[in-house]
Amino acid sequence: MKKLRKKLKIVWEGILPSNPVLVLLLGMCATLGTTSSALGGLLMGISTGLVLICSNSVVSLIKSLVPDKVRIPVFIVVIATFVSVLQLAVNAWMPALNASLGLFIPLIVVNCILLGRAEAYASRHSLADSALDGLGSGIGFTLALTILGGMRELLGAGSIFGMRIYPEDYAMLLFVLAPGAFIALGYLIAIVNRINR
Amino acid sequence: MKTRKLSSTLPHMLLSLGLVSVISAALLGGMYLITKEPIARIERESRIEAIRKVAPDFDNDPQAEAMKIPTASGDTCTLYPAMLGGRFNGAAVSCRSMDGFAGEITVMAGFNADGSVRDYEVLSHAETPGLGSKMQLWFRDPKGARSVIGKNPATTSFYVTKDKGAGGQIDGITAATISSRAFLGALREAFSAYTEYKDSKGF
Repeated sequence: MKKLRKKLKIVWEGILPSNPVLVLLLGMCATLGTTSSALGGLLMGISTGLVLICSNSVVSLIKSLVPDKVRIPVFIVVIATFVSVLQLAVNAWMPALNASLGLFIPLIVVNCILLGRAEAYASRHSLADSALDGLGSGIGFTLALTILGGMRELLGAGSIFGMRIYPEDYAMLLFVLAPGAFIALGYLIAIVNRINR
Repeated sequence: MKTRKLSSTLPHMLLSLGLVSVISAALLGGMYLITKEPIARIERESRIEAIRKVAPDFDNDPQAEAMKIPTASGDTCTLYPAMLGGRFNGAAVSCRSMDGFAGEITVMAGFNADGSVRDYEVLSHAETPGLGSKMQLWFRDPKGARSVIGKNPATTSFYVTKDKGAGGQIDGITAATISSRAFLGALREAFSAYTEYKDSKGF
């Protein structure tokens, strides 16, 4: 029971107390770029989460075989391989998903959350813990991006997940564009800081 | 948890990084071979779908008879002829414009045999969301002089109404004149490629 609690805590840690976007402020580029709609944020979050679980597991597996001085290049090769494999697979077998997600997948490579978790967690913890950390951070990232995307879509386009809430003519286009991303993200970070205090 | 690590000597580093790279390369190569065929098939299918949407009815294979036609601006358009029962029924033409607000815009336009626009499809663009990105819907909106559907570039001036010097007769997207100009520019190139093809074949 105690062990289960400990494992759950690893997952929970990534969701709120050290949420990759809202607390650690990692992966800003992908965050601001893909959250112009709730769906974009959700899809980006899920695909990053998948790669994060895989890369964390592999990094944890090979950690004792990797000398310290070359660990960063090795981690990057591992991450880039997973992203490329995912991109090819989605391209070949899920064309419908590819239409909405294809643009975002290459962006995952430059997401420093993956490298951050590999370096800070997976390279010094067991396989199971690292996979759970990947899962937690993945969920945290997905939640943050979906909420941010939802806020921006609601304020900027008057809809959520493509469902119209109020006429587009009354929406503030600013929120779909880059400045709105910063404004919305700032408020979201403030809220999470208040909760975590 | 304390783990013993390989020390950072040159042979260890070379071996470790080399091994990881070789395994990754093998994985990627294998994946590429497996997915090559399905990806090519999907690309073909999505292109034929776009052609089917914009071009008039056809019973030939437009992709097999596709022709690359150079345009005045030094770019190339691709023309997919639509033949029905051996007779020329129109064509789908895909053209690029580099003058978008955020670079490249690719449009596929379908022309009837008489040269009027049957339909169009914006294949790729990076225009501002909410402004330039409206072009997929805007230029088929029957309101005012927005729509290009059914109009013939030979008799209607495919410039935005703002461009009075060119006698523009199409309403541009509000607050996205640059995107509108680029879009109409791509359509004009498509039409000139279309007439060139028609004249050369004597249809």
